[in-house]
Amino acid sequence: MPTLISPISGWGRYPVQSCELERPERYADLRPTTDTVIARGQGRSYGDASLNEDGRVILTERIDRMLDLDVKQGILRAEAGVTLAEILPVIVKQGWFLPVTPGTKFVSLGGCMAADVHGKNHHHEGSFADHVLGIELILADGSQKSCSAAENADIFWATVGGMGLTGIIGEVTLKLTPIQTSQMMVSHHAARNLEHLFQLLQDPALDDRYSVAWIDCLANGDHLGRGIAMFGHHASTAEFAGKNPLSAKAKRIRSLPFDFPSWALNPLSISAFNKLYYNKESRKHSPFLSDYDTYFYPLDSIGQWNRLYGKRGFVQYQCVIPDKTALVGMTALLGTLSESRRASFLAVLKRFGAQGKGMLSFPLAGYTLALDLPIRDKGLFSLLDKLDNIVLKYGGRVYLAKDARLSAESFTTMYPRYDEWLKIKKAIDPTNRFSSSLARRLEIGRSNIEGAGK
Amino acid sequence: MSRNVLILGATSAIARGTAAAFAARGDDLYLASRDLEELKRIAADLHVRYGVKVRYGLFDATATETHVAFLMKVIKDMQALSGVVLAFGLLGDQQAAREFSVAEKIIASNFTGAVSILSLCANYFEPFKRGFIIGISSVAGDRGRQSNYVYGAAKGALSLYLQGLRNRLFASGVRVITIKPGFVDTAMTFGMPGLFLVASPQTIGKQIVKSLSKSADVVYLPGFWRYIMLIIKHIPETIFKRMKM
Repeated sequence: MPTLISPISGWGRYPVQSCELERPERYADLRPTTDTVIARGQGRSYGDASLNEDGRVILTERIDRMLDLDVKQGILRAEAGVTLAEILPVIVKQGWFLPVTPGTKFVSLGGCMAADVHGKNHHHEGSFADHVLGIELILADGSQKSCSAAENADIFWATVGGMGLTGIIGEVTLKLTPIQTSQMMVSHHAARNLEHLFQLLQDPALDDRYSVAWIDCLANGDHLGRGIAMFGHHASTAEFAGKNPLSAKAKRIRSLPFDFPSWALNPLSISAFNKLYYNKESRKHSPFLSDYDTYFYPLDSIGQWNRLYGKRGFVQYQCVIPDKTALVGMTALLGTLSESRRASFLAVLKRFGAQGKGMLSFPLAGYTLALDLPIRDKGLFSLLDKLDNIVLKYGGRVYLAKDARLSAESFTTMYPRYDEWLKIKKAIDPTNRFSSSLARRLEIGRSNIEGAGK
Repeated sequence: MSRNVLILGATSAIARGTAAAFAARGDDLYLASRDLEELKRIAADLHVRYGVKVRYGLFDATATETHVAFLMKVIKDMQALSGVVLAFGLLGDQQAAREFSVAEKIIASNFTGAVSILSLCANYFEPFKRGFIIGISSVAGDRGRQSNYVYGAAKGALSLYLQGLRNRLFASGVRVITIKPGFVDTAMTFGMPGLFLVASPQTIGKQIVKSLSKSADVVYLPGFWRYIMLIIKHIPETIFKRMKM
């Protein structure tokens, strides 16, 4: 198969590494072809999860066929390279929706499974893998194994959140969720500070199927954690009287044509934006209708929005802190960020429900905070190390799909089921064939090579 | 109006793009190639996405003795055929093709096999006085170059064959369109050095289907390749033979 050696990066555009790319077009060609490979779908993980420096990266973008859609049961079987963006128009018009969706639709099914992604409904419906009925996994020896919660369950739960390190996900069978309309019914509630924001997110009277909060992370002092809690659900036909309730017209995408200078997003410009946004959005108490694209994927309408952060790229820092320490932990995180005067353009707080069964899955019962931080100097990384310490102190963890810089030591503390995962990894991939830059940085799977006496 | 279209060599990226563009306008399809497992996946996908009826079957361009039975089966399954897209081809390795046995395979796929199946299609369409034949040739067939002249010669011969066929079938109202793709982002070109302005196979597929509602007989895709090839064809041979292309 022809290959292409090219510098690539994740969505954060940091780090950039030279990898040897191959792009199979036939399902039979989707298999490990060299000693060290990692599958890459849309490259929408932020850091180095889909990179394999000086090694092989298998692009799955052409292995993207939808194989079966059962419109009665709401079950979709598709190849792992297909994106949510391609699935949505097909299922929405049939009255079905994705059971869990991340904040971009430009991700592959395989990526959703490998990172066990979550959406705004984790506190009710869990993470992506909770709705996966089964997968086909291509193993290190090139054979294919059917895995699910019932069949080869240990391999299945090692693959859920396993960052592609157990094999190449070939097919995914997904249970969809029924909808009456393609519209969302949304309401916004302003919070004066973090404690208030937590109260709003926990309030059973306000709670809805989906909830998320935007935080103005330049606000400090008494206003630390000022933000807007946003609630929503799929509108019923009673709520939406429009002519075409299941319309699935994709919005036009306008792309950023160039890299913004790295100073474009600075505390001053972000503070101005945040004030405007807070004042505008906090007024929308009474429920309003929004199409699903605008509601779930606001940033997707700006193609390549990662160029906002300039050539040096950015880091998205996403962590979760367990319920009982969440408020104090988040206060410490936002306080540290505020002190550093490094503005985050995007700060999002979400509620997580119970932890899933994925051995390396990110979500645990608590609250998750995501921050986008542009890389301007090395100082950012020492700030992020400080944030790691806070997360560790309060019993939380960092999301690997967003990560570009966590230490191996922090990783093993944050992911206590790693040893259990490693046993399965050793059994199905004894030579550590599936590896990535992220895996080597976090020393994931390394000890099985030592164990083999190499 | 919905049509019934046969796509030969349906597993290539350009064929997939073309099949999707036909399916998007509601046409039923018959996909043919040597790889049944792959055809099954592509057929299922087109059905799920566009709701059209997609059949598939085994077709080997170089097994010319099987072509009559193949086409009869397609016509029987589809009941009627509105048109054919010939999308198969074999680039091969030019270095290896210095050996005749390798060159022969390239010619057998790109030219001999194409002539075999298209002759049958032409004979089928002619008495009905309707139908279309879209042949995907290549810009490589416009001038012989050291880097791929066996492939180029076979595609050039295909272009000439399509030209003659167009002339013959004009009287019976059967459309014959020659498509000459430039650089398209496919398995054939992936990782090749020196590519520029590479088009996506989806875009090329849409333009191929669109060519049916336009009048041009020879279509370069993307369109600017007409001018690139115009220049390349007009370089005097005394200069061209010295160039490294």
